[in-house]
Amino acid sequence: MTVHVQPRAAPVEDPVSREVRTESGQREVFCGLTGIVWLHRKIQDAFFLVVGSRTCAHLIQSAAGVMIFAEPRFGTAIMEEKDLAGLTDANDELDRIVTQLLTRRPDIKLLFLVGSCPSEVIKLDLSRAALRLSQRFSPGVRILNYSGSGIETTFTQGEDACLASLAPELPAAQDETSSLLVVGSLADVVEDQFMRMFDALGIGPVQFFPPRRSTALPSVGPNTKILMAQPFLPDTVRALQERGAKRLAAPFPLGVEGTTGWLRAAADAFGIDAAQFDKVTEPNRARAERALSVYKTQLADRRIFFFPDSQLEIPLARFLARELSMKLVEVGTPYLHREHLAEELKLLPAGVALTEGQDVDLQLDRCRLARPDIAVCGLGLANPLEAEGITTKWSIELVFTPIQGYEQAADLAELFARPLVRRAKLVA
Amino acid sequence: MQLTVWTYEGPPHVGAMRVATGMEGLHYVLHAPQGDTYADLLFTMIERRNKRPPVTYTTFAARDLGRDTAELFMTAARDAYARFQPQAMIVGASCTGSLIQDDPGGLAKSLGFPIPVIAIDLPAYQRKENWGAAETFYQLVRALAGPNAPPPGTKRPERAAGVRPSCNLLGPTALGFRHRDDITEITGLLGKLGIDVNVVAPMGSTPADIARLGDADFNVVMYPEIAGQAASWLHRIFHQPFTKTVPIGVSATRDFIREVAELAGVDPAAVLQDASSRLPWYSHSVDSTYLTNKRVFIFGDATHAIAAARIASEELGFKVVGLGSYSREFGRELREAAKRYDVEPLITDDYLEVEAKVAELHPELVLGTQMERHIAKRLGVPCAVISAPVHVQDFPARYAPQMGFEGANVIFDTWVHPLMMGLEEHLLTMFKDDFEFKDGAMPSHLGTGHAAPVAEAVAEPAASVATPAAPDVASATGAAAAAAAAAVWAPEAEKELQKIPFFVRGKARRNTERFANENGVATITVETLYDAKAHFAR
Repeated sequence: MTVHVQPRAAPVEDPVSREVRTESGQREVFCGLTGIVWLHRKIQDAFFLVVGSRTCAHLIQSAAGVMIFAEPRFGTAIMEEKDLAGLTDANDELDRIVTQLLTRRPDIKLLFLVGSCPSEVIKLDLSRAALRLSQRFSPGVRILNYSGSGIETTFTQGEDACLASLAPELPAAQDETSSLLVVGSLADVVEDQFMRMFDALGIGPVQFFPPRRSTALPSVGPNTKILMAQPFLPDTVRALQERGAKRLAAPFPLGVEGTTGWLRAAADAFGIDAAQFDKVTEPNRARAERALSVYKTQLADRRIFFFPDSQLEIPLARFLARELSMKLVEVGTPYLHREHLAEELKLLPAGVALTEGQDVDLQLDRCRLARPDIAVCGLGLANPLEAEGITTKWSIELVFTPIQGYEQAADLAELFARPLVRRAKLVA
Repeated sequence: MQLTVWTYEGPPHVGAMRVATGMEGLHYVLHAPQGDTYADLLFTMIERRNKRPPVTYTTFAARDLGRDTAELFMTAARDAYARFQPQAMIVGASCTGSLIQDDPGGLAKSLGFPIPVIAIDLPAYQRKENWGAAETFYQLVRALAGPNAPPPGTKRPERAAGVRPSCNLLGPTALGFRHRDDITEITGLLGKLGIDVNVVAPMGSTPADIARLGDADFNVVMYPEIAGQAASWLHRIFHQPFTKTVPIGVSATRDFIREVAELAGVDPAAVLQDASSRLPWYSHSVDSTYLTNKRVFIFGDATHAIAAARIASEELGFKVVGLGSYSREFGRELREAAKRYDVEPLITDDYLEVEAKVAELHPELVLGTQMERHIAKRLGVPCAVISAPVHVQDFPARYAPQMGFEGANVIFDTWVHPLMMGLEEHLLTMFKDDFEFKDGAMPSHLGTGHAAPVAEAVAEPAASVATPAAPDVASATGAAAAAAAAAVWAPEAEKELQKIPFFVRGKARRNTERFANENGVATITVETLYDAKAHFAR
């Protein structure tokens, strides 16, 4: 099997003008608060305090509880009737809760006050609260704020808002030499693999954002080159660009082709010659392609439908179409950032039905009509679609599972193959 | 504001969703931001429902706030009516929706649908899930059955001769703890008594069914948290009496049979004689001797917690050392029940308080919700789940009611299996010096996950300080640990302690330290150990 490492020379459409259906109606997407579920595992000394309602508490509990149910480093300051009466009260209350929390959890070094729909609507000023509380608790605890509200953010945008709030806190890079900053949460194992790869290529120094510990924030400056590991981080990237950092245009590191393109963008920026690049990446590429070939036989020509969820949909669709020969029925994404996804859009097969936003009932109608072999969707839609005979893949699994890089390319393919294998196995 | 790391109940509109999702032919239009749609997964993932809940959310965003969110609501309601063609519609707002004050009820009325449209006003910042379910059900009953009410002052007509008595089963909802199987069990039981079920509501009913609730002779209130309010309204308006006993446990089931027989005017003797639960005999069997006075901590919704306390005490011979509930609305009932077991009732929705209580009481069995299951696991105490909030495990594939005689069988198995069996406990004592036994070896059915730390974890909460996964436990029990560490063990006392069977050693250590503390003993000697043993044996 051959995987084309170089971008194909035949981008039929201009990516910027590619036609996209925009829908606005009922959206079946988690809000940005859900990002807390993986961010609290990633930044290990951080605590996420949602300032919101009982619904917010119930949401993060349910969204996380279905899958992990660990003792969490997140909680909710639930607003009550009396907090809505006057804002001074709400601020006093928040101070009391934060004090209570930090007394209980002295291990916390970074506290995020996370805005929610109700706190946004009543215009509770969490940035001022964060400033006020920072003065009280510094230097032991850094207190920041961002909004994860459903009126501002969908699902993975919560990570963007969180990292964007952290960006101004990054120390200024002292060095004149170039450094690479990988932006977006990756599983530790994936980070380590990429680190080894960058070392072998001779790219460095390399830092990751977010860091595993808030006390080890990466530095940023005019010589910092940004490589986006996740497609849903426009605000973070903008904040880093304001600090002088330069974004490298690249596809996302999903699949062999995406990973190669991603690494190549860094290699080119650091002046690594092509021979060296091939020498370092070739064994990994070959191994990943070998691992993928099994799944190609299972997935080729299968028709896939993406409901919008994580903004990973376009890179995933590109991988499935180009490396596994799947047929894309519809690719929905909650938002489409044309500049950051330009490299991806160039690679996407011509004529793919792209949808931005959602009107869930209309989209379900299209899905039922198309009868895809597999639909990628949120948790609320999965069982009803299964009951209608449409095999599904939970999109949230694609956010929580390590899927980036060469070593994970086959794991990623397997996530799509497994539901199909399962349906084929079951007789009763 | 209230700091919450885990909550027992969702917001009140989730209660309304539980009512709507249990029903057919009803649609809920909810003014809510994107993100509130998470609630769908409770039904499709946790309960594994094969259909989406009948809820349309407006999913307004920040950009809509500057424009006309009222128009957004009306469009959503119009589209939902056109698409789903419901018999009736309920409309309302979630917590954020209520802040923007669009009046969904008024807006929906202005659309002039040819079906009943019922506005459900749920104060999201004061109330919680069960209250929301109760209020929604009550409003539905008022709106749909109300038009069929007899004129005030008229008496219920006598049931015609030869017509079987009938009742309604009130309270089961979607996402309810074993509601699905309880309905089957109670319907069967009533059938044996010669009583027909007119309507089961809200779960399984349509708006048309709700409209004919008044046809039944009386109401069975299965879950007072949800059906209490509707039942008293039906009593007032339709003169339908309703049951007070919740048939969970053998004794309560018998009481329930007598109560419904009285209401229906039938003879319960034959059904009462048919002792169809195995619980009483299993409980009397010799193997169950070991259950005597096992110390049990109970926490859940009020109905299940109170029922559990009665079963634990009267039917299994446990000792109830703690009884609590998050159902504040049922505080009075819970306090009355707690008096019967001579315990201080714990009425709270703060799980950290519950956790601290469990750590303090060191019971031998915890009967609680999914949260108490986690608490018990951390503390190394066996646990069985008796109440919502629910988990995917609480919707078993098999038939597993809580109510009626079969429910009692299910309860016996579920509560007793986490404990060591009687013969097993005896053999462990007999073979305690066998070389194959090591400290911390646990019964095999508890699996490897329960190995070494279990016995000692109860005795030494300080150990959990080192566990990064449970820092909250550490702080909750830290005070207790500090107090317990006050007395020092003399080497010979420590050696003596090792001779005590490992599965009670943790308790012995804890008791001894508590005794030493309370009596100002600085060094624990062999004498102190046996003094403490004698003290706690009283």
